[in-house]
Amino acid sequence: MKKVVSEFTEELAANGGSSAELCFQCGTCTLKCPSARMMTSLRPANLMRASLLGLKDEAINGDALWQCTTCYTCVEWCPCNVQVVDVITALRNMAVANGDLYENHKKVAQSLIKNGHTVENNDKIKGLRKNLGLSENPETVMDNAAAKADFDKVLNLTKFTELVNE
Amino acid sequence: MKKYAFFLGCIAPLRYPGIEKSTREVFKALGVELVDLKDANCCPAPGVIKSFSKATWLAAAARNLALAEKAGLDIVTVCNGCYGSLFDAAHELHENKEMLEEVNKILAEIGLKYSGETKVRHFAEVLYKEVGIEKIKKAVKKPAEYNVAAFYGCHFLKPSKLKQLDDSENPKILDELIEAVGAKSALRKQKAKTICCGAGGGLRSQFGETALKFTKTNLEIMKNASAEMIVDVCPFCHLQFDAGQKDSGFAIPVLHLSQLYGIAMGMDSKDLGINAHITPVKL
Repeated sequence: MKKVVSEFTEELAANGGSSAELCFQCGTCTLKCPSARMMTSLRPANLMRASLLGLKDEAINGDALWQCTTCYTCVEWCPCNVQVVDVITALRNMAVANGDLYENHKKVAQSLIKNGHTVENNDKIKGLRKNLGLSENPETVMDNAAAKADFDKVLNLTKFTELVNE
Repeated sequence: MKKYAFFLGCIAPLRYPGIEKSTREVFKALGVELVDLKDANCCPAPGVIKSFSKATWLAAAARNLALAEKAGLDIVTVCNGCYGSLFDAAHELHENKEMLEEVNKILAEIGLKYSGETKVRHFAEVLYKEVGIEKIKKAVKKPAEYNVAAFYGCHFLKPSKLKQLDDSENPKILDELIEAVGAKSALRKQKAKTICCGAGGGLRSQFGETALKFTKTNLEIMKNASAEMIVDVCPFCHLQFDAGQKDSGFAIPVLHLSQLYGIAMGMDSKDLGINAHITPVKL
């Protein structure tokens, strides 16, 4: 039995997904979606419908939500100006807030927390950089502890660290 | 002389430093000055990080935008992902004063303030709009006479209502940039259209096999057009095509536009950093 959650559309709107309400279910997004074409479980129009109707479980559970590459083809073609990618991002934020996250994504997020970058430096890259006449570390938060401390503060103030590690 | 804050991002400096090197050299040759955006953080990535927390994504992007503002410069990036994140964040903060106020409360804790005015530019867009095809043609020392598959990726042109650079279904910017340095654009008049490389949105890290299906679909189109080389404008697409051809039966060399331009502007091939590539590049 599908459960309608009436507060869900409000919660979605608060996360930046209010344009779902413009959807009239023509299915153009699904038709143009490369992920759907690759036969993944993603059908953007289904996610928009679930969002419209307040079918929270259907919208935020399962793999489909995470098969989107954010390529924006759906947004280019939508005749109703639904910001499909923003709706999907909002749904993902809600899924993650529920503690529903993949281990591999968690690793990317942990790298951001540790390095200030989504990937680490290593000896091979340092060697390549040196041979090209570049500094071993890029001169970013990776190379300046005070700047990294500032960045950490941004992550903590927006509760990212607890979101990822709890 | 045009002057920009150079935003490095993650994949270029930390996986393909040749892209960083080539960009510095090419802009220098074309009279564009780059000032490193020191102390910057990850854009942050529009896939995993924005999917986890839009609030973190926006505040961390605002930190980068504020650093550029402090330096009195607009940002230039060589990566579609960084361009997507920083451009979108700059747009939201420009349009939404309440959001800007919220973000500034966080920035105040680290001694920064953002007024909402930093512009975010893409390497290819600066070449096309600020340097211009004619000046590029004059700077060519060694025409890059290859049949090249232009790969636009997604966040360079889309969402086109925001970016307003080109027709996202039938774009020409990159094709023209490629032809300006003596190459032939293999896909320009082809009916078959390329799709997303497959890497974005967290797909590559969690569903790698699915991501490769996207990549292979593109590689078939490029092979059918007898492309000798793929030229991208995004280190993440670059990584997906370069690493994604391993054990695939395909072996089309992958260059970032900055590296193709490096060749044409007479850079030594060892300075292009192509020894870091997984799919061998023979020039």
